[in-house]
Amino acid sequence: MSDQVPIVDYLVLGGSPYLEANECSNCSARFFDRRNACASCGGVDFDRKRISNEAVLTSFSVVHRAAPSVPVPFVSAIVKTGDGTSVRSNVVGLEDPMDAELGMELILTTYSCGTDDDGKECIAFGYEPV
Amino acid sequence: MSGDSIWIIGASMTKFARYEDQDAVDLASRASLEAMADADVSIHDMDVLAAGTLFQASTSMGQRIQKQIGQTGVPVYNVSNACATGATAIRTVYLSIKAGEAEMGIAIGVEQMGKMGLLSGATKAERNVYEPSGRYGAVMGVDGFLGTETMPGVFAQAGMQYAYENDGVGFEQFARVAYKNHKHSTLNPLAQYQKEFSMEEVMGAAVQSYPNTLLMCCPTGDGAAAVVLVSEEKLRSLPTETQKRAVKISASVLTSDPYVESGQVQPDVNTLTRNAASQAYEISGVGPEDLDLVELHDCFATAELIHYDNLGLCEPGGAGDFIDSGKPFRDGSMPVNVSGGLISKGHPIGATGVANVFEVATHLRGEAGDRQIEGAKVGLAHVIGLGSSCGIHILEKAS
Repeated sequence: MSDQVPIVDYLVLGGSPYLEANECSNCSARFFDRRNACASCGGVDFDRKRISNEAVLTSFSVVHRAAPSVPVPFVSAIVKTGDGTSVRSNVVGLEDPMDAELGMELILTTYSCGTDDDGKECIAFGYEPV
Repeated sequence: MSGDSIWIIGASMTKFARYEDQDAVDLASRASLEAMADADVSIHDMDVLAAGTLFQASTSMGQRIQKQIGQTGVPVYNVSNACATGATAIRTVYLSIKAGEAEMGIAIGVEQMGKMGLLSGATKAERNVYEPSGRYGAVMGVDGFLGTETMPGVFAQAGMQYAYENDGVGFEQFARVAYKNHKHSTLNPLAQYQKEFSMEEVMGAAVQSYPNTLLMCCPTGDGAAAVVLVSEEKLRSLPTETQKRAVKISASVLTSDPYVESGQVQPDVNTLTRNAASQAYEISGVGPEDLDLVELHDCFATAELIHYDNLGLCEPGGAGDFIDSGKPFRDGSMPVNVSGGLISKGHPIGATGVANVFEVATHLRGEAGDRQIEGAKVGLAHVIGLGSSCGIHILEKAS
């Protein structure tokens, strides 16, 4: 797997990929980025927390216009995972982007999104219908 | 007229457009000179100047304006606060007067954007070697892979979240917002566009980020606006005609976005607007039912719809019914964005928060011409900038 790299560091690759957040030890607020302190309570201690792969589509937009390097259309999505964490990603695996429906049940999946000059493969995550 | 209120005595805005033969300093200077002329005062009466611009925030805009209209040596505050920049400039002058450091001051908002297109979402240059960098350890630009970073998409998602949580909201309701604002703009000679479109045309226009079509998105453009503020004590020393035309700032509120769970993946434009609205209503003693007109931040049709609810203009969850009922049309019970709104009047970012105060003040003075809301006595101006910042001003006609 050394020839693969996740698109972001909160995507954990391996046999069963998942997302991992920094969870505030005090108030349990979860963050995907590098933290200085908790935006909710100001706490400074964090634990690593595995995020559920199951999710519900709570909002989306079918994007037809983007920067030239971005392939369109795609379904930008805000999902709520089974453990109540909001995640931004794409809905993938739809025949037609307009098949996206608010409230649809989804599951995390990964796919290759590019290879660099050293032959390293980038792995992105998305959510597909259950 | 008693107490320590702050009043607007002069207001002006340039037509929003694309100016190839004038720069931002020209536009800001013109709006400033016209606002001071409107108040029958001069640059020598100003104790403070605040200048708002987003894309030229590091260029000493206020001092560059002074060098065109009068270098009097007074304090200048150059402010930048995303789409709430203009409201922040007004509030800066407001606070200077409240603090007793100034009796009179001018707040200016300006932007020159031209055809800037999408304001974000441009990916960083594709790397040849994938190495993690930044706060998320990203090895490449994630726009398009992990959702959208473009404004039409982000605000589409804000609207769709509302549709998920409430009944009676869909593509047609969002489209009707844009239909209304384009229709309103036909009466406003200061609007960037003054063209009416049918519902079919709005819904059939090129999809940018569903449900936002091109006609449901604000344009980029150029423009400036300025207002002159005075203390109540100073106002009493001014001519009777100035006092009659003065507009009271009954509330001036600025909020930022408090923590919410989903905020790290989707900007929360609701909570800070709700907080600002409740503060503004409490400070002013005015309720949403008292408002004769509202200018709110319709950067996209999806945004306007959810702000009906955030500002308390409709029943909780009832924004879809509200637009379907016709209430926010100019002949309805709660006219919203009679200027044409950002969707059609335009959105030169730094100017917007001053321009919507200009719009409300002009109606309260009874000077809005063809688009006048007759008998308007109380109005609200709202802007929100992603990041996030929300500015609300409640204005009242002099009694």
